[in-house]
Amino acid sequence: MSDPRTAIIDERLKGIKNIVAVSSGKGGVGKSLVASVLALTLARKGYKVGFLDLDFTSPSSHIVLDIGGEQPKEEKGVVPPNVHGLRYMSVIYYSAGHASPLRGFEATDVLIELLAVTKWGKLDFLLLDMPPGLGDITLDLLRFIKNVKFLVVTTPSKLAFETVRKLVDLLKEARVPILGVVENMHVNDSTWIRQQVELTGVRYLGAVPYDSELEENIGNIEGLLETEFSVALKEISEKIEDELKV
Amino acid sequence: MHEWALAEAVVSAVYDMVEKEGLKTVSAINLKVGELQQIDLGIFKFALSHLFSGKLKDARVNVTKTRARLKCRACGHKWSFSKIGLDESAKEAIHFVPEIAHAYVRCPACGSPDFEVERGRGVWIQSVKGEKKT
Repeated sequence: MSDPRTAIIDERLKGIKNIVAVSSGKGGVGKSLVASVLALTLARKGYKVGFLDLDFTSPSSHIVLDIGGEQPKEEKGVVPPNVHGLRYMSVIYYSAGHASPLRGFEATDVLIELLAVTKWGKLDFLLLDMPPGLGDITLDLLRFIKNVKFLVVTTPSKLAFETVRKLVDLLKEARVPILGVVENMHVNDSTWIRQQVELTGVRYLGAVPYDSELEENIGNIEGLLETEFSVALKEISEKIEDELKV
Repeated sequence: MHEWALAEAVVSAVYDMVEKEGLKTVSAINLKVGELQQIDLGIFKFALSHLFSGKLKDARVNVTKTRARLKCRACGHKWSFSKIGLDESAKEAIHFVPEIAHAYVRCPACGSPDFEVERGRGVWIQSVKGEKKT
């Protein structure tokens, strides 16, 4: 017996110019915030941007983006709703806030289902908010999305960077393009992370300062885009556009 | 409808199989459809017939329905999905993403959310019959 869903994934993604997975080896480094603000920044520049939250057991981008009540529409598939100018998709529309514990192979099935039925249309960017680590979803992306590129997020912590180094090694071994590494929650003048990133041969895209006002602006899109965090990410988004030659 | 998206996936997968197996025409496509996804078979078959063309235009679709059977990983209890009283919004959510059953269903014996779908999950292609190129 064969699963027909995987045969349609390329067709579903063919109208998307750039697919960027925002990833890290560690949780809590700010992937969802980086992915959300980057998506909003690109959309405000006039790009057509989609956003897919791939953290199926602990999604959080819906909180960052305050997605409101609009639901995906059924039009011979599932059409993501417009959330602040983004075509947004998450399992949160289906789990309705309930805990949804999943084993790895079950998460794989959710990924295949969403990739098979979601109709994105034409997009300049699709940003993927990844779960932490090198588990099933990271491996599945490499399997199912041939042209995915990775944006890696770390903090200044040696513990976070140790996991990032492993992620970078894995991606390089798999010959998957890495757009660069973002250092989030930067608090002093240390250049240790920059040096470590450069030693891996991957581009250091910049430092995003620790921003004490960020938390109170979560869910408030206009306030969020005015934070120091977002200003720093705007500069980084220009480097990403440069890297992708868009 | 969601059934259309799944029908498109089936057609795409069948075309891949036709190429791989060197078939000139397809006479029958045998599918297994699990209860958990609660697919409307009328819409699904209509979508398939609408999408069939070329080598698939005369293909007959045979669908075998499979009852969904769940098994608790914590206590081993087995139960039928059809016996669970879920509200319409939960059923609708599971229709779109069957694994979301883990958000709504608990083992009726021990209350654990850690269960597996032993059978009856989604759509599977069992076989494709046709005439080979000579």
